[in-house]
Amino acid sequence: MSSFDVRNSSLQLERVSKAFGTNGNGLLALDNIDLDIAPGEFTCIVGGSGCGKTTLLRIIAGLERQYSGSVLLGANRITGPGLDRGLVFQEHRLLPWLTVAENVKFGISELPAAERNARVAQYIELVGLHGFEQSYPHQLSGGMAQRVAIARALVSHPQLLLLDEPFGALDALTRIRMQHELLRIWQAQQTTMILVTHDIDEAIFLADRIVIMSARPGSIKRIIRVDMPRPRDRSSYEITLLRKSIYREFFASDEVPEDYEI
Amino acid sequence: MSTQQNATVIQFATSPTAPRGRKPLRGLPSRFIGLIVPIVGLALWEMLARFGVLPANTLPAPSVIGQTILELGRSGELWHHAGITLWRITTGFLLGAAAGTVFGALTGHSALARRLFDPLLQALRNIPSMAWVPLFLLWLGIQESSKIAMISLGAFFPVYLNLSSGISHVDPKLIEVGMVYRLRGLQMIRRVILPAVLPEYLVGLRSGLGLAWMFVVAAEIMGASRGLGFLMIDGQMTGRASIILASVILFACLGKATDLLLVAVGNRLLRYKTR
Repeated sequence: MSSFDVRNSSLQLERVSKAFGTNGNGLLALDNIDLDIAPGEFTCIVGGSGCGKTTLLRIIAGLERQYSGSVLLGANRITGPGLDRGLVFQEHRLLPWLTVAENVKFGISELPAAERNARVAQYIELVGLHGFEQSYPHQLSGGMAQRVAIARALVSHPQLLLLDEPFGALDALTRIRMQHELLRIWQAQQTTMILVTHDIDEAIFLADRIVIMSARPGSIKRIIRVDMPRPRDRSSYEITLLRKSIYREFFASDEVPEDYEI
Repeated sequence: MSTQQNATVIQFATSPTAPRGRKPLRGLPSRFIGLIVPIVGLALWEMLARFGVLPANTLPAPSVIGQTILELGRSGELWHHAGITLWRITTGFLLGAAAGTVFGALTGHSALARRLFDPLLQALRNIPSMAWVPLFLLWLGIQESSKIAMISLGAFFPVYLNLSSGISHVDPKLIEVGMVYRLRGLQMIRRVILPAVLPEYLVGLRSGLGLAWMFVVAAEIMGASRGLGFLMIDGQMTGRASIILASVILFACLGKATDLLLVAVGNRLLRYKTR
């Protein structure tokens, strides 16, 4: 395991529940979620639609404030958004009237100008967009825009980077390239990362631990530790076995595709 | 999202560019093609007027109208009348746009304000412009204030409507980005809502300016002793068609000039879209 940055603290979720709708008869989106995430760990949360994985991420981000249970980052209870957590959405959500550099700068407006500019340059470099500082979002491809969104989320030096299906809207080839990029950034920054996805292969390729969630009520079904060295060979035998075992969590055994990799 | 942006860009372009492809007329730049019909028409008009086919006292030749404008300019009358009209437009437009901005921002931002004010304002919007004239003259007299009020009213509604709907339609996903970075109140308005709503706001300002020009004509025709609208009425009273037509042309030119000014400002503010 890589050595973890000391400034990062662990994330602890204890008995987190969330119901949509009023006076108790609403849908239980999350039911007693317990999860500990170590500093520097890469966690992927996998589940079908409606399993509450995005809601869970939004609670950690501080965008959902109505929930029961406790979410602690280090010693602090999460009660709202904060710069100690960066968030990347499925859509890039860049502000269309700002350039790439201005978008990255958006989250750190209170820093002194010199430090701000240095950091912006550093993170644009990190996501490989040197030379595009003055471009506007509409001039970028989907993958490039999502890189800017990652830079924007990381520039404030968060302890935790939250990614909500960040590559879901990208084409398959770009998605694979972005997964490699994200691993490289994670290894360089050692930020704790939580990535929500419905793509089992993506989770296997990226995660230290895969959290499998099931719906109605949204709960954790199983947590799988992936101890394989990176970069992982997507077609290796261990990966195939792991994929099959995760498939079994979602589908009855006769539905598990046996030979889809040829 | 991008189609919406394109739509706004189109609204802001001064004129649609000619479709590319084969040139319909050989050797002529395509943007001049639109000038052919007006020029031929003017030449025809000039000829018919000179040969006495058209009655000179009701439809004078274009050259006579041009001369009238020159004479008006030389005698100083032109600057006198155009100056006061421009002053009225500027004051009225600024007041109306300011009021439209305040109410638009208020109703766009707060659901309560929307429920309070929007039904009344929507009802008032349906009153035809000329219907206000007698009332304003009665209330505010024949002096400047009644005219300014008319023009403000014309500018108010488009600005109000565009800003109000623009603000309430700002992409909630972008507002959420602001929330992630803990923007609140004024910060959120300045850094997210205002820039997001700017395209619609500018469209509102532009149509507000157009209506302000319509209302200034109405106000000056109904009761004025100066201004281009008065010049028209004066031409009608004294039976000089060339004066009326000269005023019409001056209105057109000044209206277009102020519109181009606004478009230039708008395109500068929205240049991120066209880069």
